[in-house]
Amino acid sequence: MDYSAGRPLDPRAIEAMLPYMESRWGNPSSLHVFGQEARQALDEARAKVSQLINAEKKESIIFTSGATESNNLAIKGVAYRYRDRGNRILTSSVEHMSVVNSCKFMTTKGFETVFLPVNQYGFVNLESLEKELTDQTILVSIVYANGEIGTLEPIKEISQITHKKNAYLHVDAAAANGQVPIDVKSEGIDLLTLSSNDMYGPKGVGALYVKEGIRIEPLLHGGGQERGLRSGTENLPGIVGFGKAAEIAQNEMQTEGERLTRLRDKLIKGLLDPIPYSFLNGHSTKRLPGNVSVRYNFVEGESILLSLDMMGVAASSGSACTAKTLEPSHVLLAIGLKHEEAHGSLMFSLGKQNVEDEVDYVIGLMPNIIKRLREMSPLTPKELKK
Amino acid sequence: MYTEKVMDHFKNPRNMGEIPDADGVGTVGNPVCGDLMTIQIKVKDNRLKDVKFKTYGCGAAIATSSMVTELARGKTLEEAMKITRANVADSLGGLPPIKMHCSNLAADALHAAIEDYYKKQKEVKK
Repeated sequence: MDYSAGRPLDPRAIEAMLPYMESRWGNPSSLHVFGQEARQALDEARAKVSQLINAEKKESIIFTSGATESNNLAIKGVAYRYRDRGNRILTSSVEHMSVVNSCKFMTTKGFETVFLPVNQYGFVNLESLEKELTDQTILVSIVYANGEIGTLEPIKEISQITHKKNAYLHVDAAAANGQVPIDVKSEGIDLLTLSSNDMYGPKGVGALYVKEGIRIEPLLHGGGQERGLRSGTENLPGIVGFGKAAEIAQNEMQTEGERLTRLRDKLIKGLLDPIPYSFLNGHSTKRLPGNVSVRYNFVEGESILLSLDMMGVAASSGSACTAKTLEPSHVLLAIGLKHEEAHGSLMFSLGKQNVEDEVDYVIGLMPNIIKRLREMSPLTPKELKK
Repeated sequence: MYTEKVMDHFKNPRNMGEIPDADGVGTVGNPVCGDLMTIQIKVKDNRLKDVKFKTYGCGAAIATSSMVTELARGKTLEEAMKITRANVADSLGGLPPIKMHCSNLAADALHAAIEDYYKKQKEVKK
């Protein structure tokens, strides 16, 4: 139940990719028939990805190596291109590290970055956004849904505020794409980061949507692929797989979303109700369909994970990325948790292959795991030990 | 990530609990950092007759606490003071490098418990 760290490839995406690894190895830039075949496949994939987010036309999609590159390209690309308009970038305190660190990097290039606060559920503080949005602001970058606590941000309202000034709105939808419907037109999104792996497509490929009329500086200069915005021979098998994954997601999102939401709510209830001093991180309804993030007082997350792992259940604590640093996740601290509360958090991300029996199994395990760890913990209050 | 020995001590911790009339108590770590451990000792004839632990923390924190109680039981106080963090980690077949500093506090907790015992003895003599 750790889909947010990595999702299996949909077999239908693999099937779509295979010809482009076996026999159709043409380069889309070539004029001959092999090249044209590749060009057509590239165009079709672009169309499928653009339809998933209701983009005005397929040419608004730039294929990249993944969401990290897309976030870098959006932030640096807009900042460098519109430097003459201003030097201020607004983002939130619950962003993915590729947004956090791109924004921080831009401060070494003469830009000013503001990390907007969020409330206890992880919603961006709209009053702060309004206050910090000055004439110097050129870009606002906000996550569509946070991958750790699953909170879905009010993108439409953020867009309306952002567009009161001459600023663009970039949205990182890597954790949300393929799971909840995204409409760049009706939600007023100017740039959107997409990730293939998060919708059961291959790793190593992603996209950036850039609304018609917005210009960005490329990060990679070269042969001029992707309208000169991302040079380098296209990763055709990856892109074709991504296109297929986007098509499948569009067709199956509603049914799968409803199924996962039901499992999610059952899991949350089952993990919290029988255990005292347990809490939900994030919002109860405005969250990603498969995301469950909970915390237990007096115990530490990794020891819960290990206990689950011993019983064959995979989950994650805080964020898989921060497992390297041991620091609690910046997202959990941003929603106001104390360090020790953040340490006691763990996350399940449910996906396509999870079934109700597995949810029941985890619900059955948790009370004893927490009881055992609390018996060991010197922090556990006496009344809980009886 | 963890050795079999670490997992064994995590699954079946030795000497977990409290000593109601402990002669010395040592607490190290901080819940803010994600690790807090308490070691309690019972001393007889200058030897550690009983050693018990309680730990809040990750798998490594729990396993090192359990291991240090095994290493220390039956030792003289002088011998127990010589047990190092490295001894504890080695006895567990090693720890991941990132856990060596933050979660390997059990030896410190043991030493703190012995210091506490010495301090209490001095107070009694006064």
